[in-house]
Amino acid sequence: MESSGSLRPIVIPGEAVGGPGLKPGPGTYIEGGQVFAAQLGIRNEHDGLVSVIPLNGRYIPQRGDAVIGEVVDLGPSHWLVDINSPYPAPLHATESPWRVEFGDTSRYLKVGDVIMGHVLSVDEIKRVQLTMQEREARRLNGGIVMEISPTKVPRVIGKQGSMISLLTELTGCHIYVGQNGRIWLDGEDRDTAVAASAIRLIEERAQSYGLTEAVRELIERERRSTTGPRPA
Amino acid sequence: MEDIEHIEKQMKLIRADGRRLDGRKPDELRPVRIEAGVLRRADGSAYIEWGGNKVLAAVYGPREAHPRHLQDPARALVQCRYNMAPFSVSDRKRPGPDRRSVEISKVISEAFSAVVFREQFPRTSVDIFIEVLQADAGTRCAGLTAASVALADAGVPMRDLVASCASGKIDGVVCLDLNKEEDNFGDADCPLAIVPRTGEIVLLQMDGHLTLDEFEKAMELSIGATHRLYEMQRDALRRRYSTTLEDILKEPPPLPAPPAPEFEPPPPPPEDDFGPEGI
Repeated sequence: MESSGSLRPIVIPGEAVGGPGLKPGPGTYIEGGQVFAAQLGIRNEHDGLVSVIPLNGRYIPQRGDAVIGEVVDLGPSHWLVDINSPYPAPLHATESPWRVEFGDTSRYLKVGDVIMGHVLSVDEIKRVQLTMQEREARRLNGGIVMEISPTKVPRVIGKQGSMISLLTELTGCHIYVGQNGRIWLDGEDRDTAVAASAIRLIEERAQSYGLTEAVRELIERERRSTTGPRPA
Repeated sequence: MEDIEHIEKQMKLIRADGRRLDGRKPDELRPVRIEAGVLRRADGSAYIEWGGNKVLAAVYGPREAHPRHLQDPARALVQCRYNMAPFSVSDRKRPGPDRRSVEISKVISEAFSAVVFREQFPRTSVDIFIEVLQADAGTRCAGLTAASVALADAGVPMRDLVASCASGKIDGVVCLDLNKEEDNFGDADCPLAIVPRTGEIVLLQMDGHLTLDEFEKAMELSIGATHRLYEMQRDALRRRYSTTLEDILKEPPPLPAPPAPEFEPPPPPPEDDFGPEGI
């Protein structure tokens, strides 16, 4: 599998991706016993389930997703958070880690603040609610937030978080990846710059094999070129 | 540009050898070139050159539908704006929507509503923008064909691509894909859009008159052409992803940067922004 450089073939909406007996997974639909691709992406078959991993698309919130959001509006008992999806996501004061008096929301989070939270619930008309009750949920201070295509998030995380631990290990940055395609990086300026370019590389080459090696190479090269005398 | 108002209305559109004025056979398409992913800010985009037509299509979304009262709690809206640039035709077109472009926008958005999985994105809208940069008849078909590539490029879930082509009648002969002269001086023009996998018709209009036999002949020509266009659309999408990736992978790894110099001379003081006279 690890033949560096070869590509996985892409499928186009309307293309047949599986005959009878296969179950349609995400990114596909079934018609007359045949499974067809609904999205432009990579065909994936696993245990009789065919799915298409999309190459592009918007983030659609799902329960339990870790997301990075920006506060865009305040209410007396909630904050409205932009989570890079078509749906606005309110964070109710009771779901925050603080004891918030009614009308006192601005003491804890202001417009423009960035938070790491989770999707508490999504109902059938896609009304989203956020929560910050999870352990790693918090307000993000300092660092930078970068945005990538939400479809590339699994590649940035890697199998069992392999890619993300590689990035953390080699650059020494704190990295949070939201399922919504936002990534928060904190560390020394040159380290965050190296991590950011590595993430861009992952995004660009998401479909190619041997990605981990390419990322390791890039980081090591970048680090070698920046180990000159420190700027004053 | 000649003043078309004073050209004799009975223009000869079919030459003595049975070919058309531009040398095409009656069942021949104009050359078509499609490119996907041409705009950086749009979620998906495509550019098509179809004979003398040059059309850009951009897709945004699914995104929050505005104004709010248009939101549908059960499904996504598919909104389309077809627009012709003032310089797209020989007589300057007054900018802004007019009766014709409002109608085209409506029929195109209805054509796409039939293929997009709208139930997956309640309360949102998928916005399609079609900008005609140069028009040479058949722009709604060109726009639709490009927009369908842009939708797939944006990752919008849909049943299939939509392919579109017109056919019509000139000098009493049923012909495929009329150009400007043939459209202006011909007898009928009949644009058609289908879902190629199922053969379902999602757009069908007619300007002029055709007998039932002529209409059937025209449909046969158009349907054949839409299948050819479908292949071109698929090819454009495949190219978009394979070439970018191949380019990246073919690119030789950059040489290791030269070691940083031991000592870097301080940069010269910045020049005064204002000239010697000052401001």
